Amino acid sequence: MARTLIHVPPSVRRGEPFEVRTTIAHPMETGYRPDENGRVLPRDIVTRLQCTLDGALVFSADLYPAVAANPYVAFQVRAERSGELRITWEGDKGFSQTETVAVRVE
Amino acid sequence: MRAWLALLLVCASAGAQQARSGLDFMGPATQAMQRDDSQNPAMLWLHEGQALWHRPEGRDQRSCMSCHGDASQSMRGVATRYPAFDTASQGPLNLSQRILQCRVQRQRAAPWAPESEPLLSLETYVAQQSRGLPIAPSDDPRLAPFTARGQAAYTRRIGQLDMSCAQCHDGAWDRKLAGNPITQGQATGYPIYRLEWQGMGSLQRRLRNCMTGVRAQAPPFGAAELVELELHLAQRARGLPLETPAVRP
Repeated sequence: MARTLIHVPPSVRRGEPFEVRTTIAHPMETGYRPDENGRVLPRDIVTRLQCTLDGALVFSADLYPAVAANPYVAFQVRAERSGELRITWEGDKGFSQTETVAVRVE
Repeated sequence: MRAWLALLLVCASAGAQQARSGLDFMGPATQAMQRDDSQNPAMLWLHEGQALWHRPEGRDQRSCMSCHGDASQSMRGVATRYPAFDTASQGPLNLSQRILQCRVQRQRAAPWAPESEPLLSLETYVAQQSRGLPIAPSDDPRLAPFTARGQAAYTRRIGQLDMSCAQCHDGAWDRKLAGNPITQGQATGYPIYRLEWQGMGSLQRRLRNCMTGVRAQAPPFGAAELVELELHLAQRARGLPLETPAVRP
């Protein structure tokens, strides 16, 4: 399990956009770098980040080898009522991780 | 005219003595990354370190917590005093060496490799408890000969480029090298998340980096020369706030 950091405001206003900040510990190995013996290291990156709010897709991003290690992605989401944000990272070598965080609308 | 020159000289020497953290030299985006915990990637290591603090390890299944209790109380200010004198080895120990010593002798667990992820994580967690406190190196007289050796190493020319630390970090810190600020080389936020490394690293990693940069042979991790240099750097940075976990470009 990779370590993740997810930041959402403690409470948000109905219908107003708020920022979600996500970081995941991941090497993001590009597939172009040689190791100390000159062999090219196989690519190992996160290829997709997806965020749903109560099951509905609200944000997604495709990631590529140019993204640095431990990718930080921040995005805006709007919520009409309190619910659960599900954030999923998927990548090479069958990498998949899902974290959930509650959103409280007041 | 003469008065002008004298004033300029006074300003120049005052400028040279004013200690400035590397944070001052960074762009606003990198500064924001360090200052905002929800953007700072070092928080990944910090949380790992927090988990390690509570995890029972070794023959007696004791955690750091079992002896030291709540780190926010017991470890507050500790990192500002390191490297410190160790009576057992009659020499200085830096914070990561002290953590390893505790791990081996008190927890009776297998040591971690220098610069390994768990060691960096725990060191980050311990040092972060002193964030914002002024760096206050120990005045223990037994450390004096080691600090003096560190100071001598700081001004000694090394490597194929035949350069000393002082030439850049005391003499040209307000200038640039290949477009990047040279900085005063104040060790205020270690372990740091360095964007170039795309990961966490210790002060010794940074020192070895610089030595390789002047094409000198860098001593191995944990070498006495490096700890002596750390002692001198702590004296130089006296009074600057500790920033761990810092972000550097």
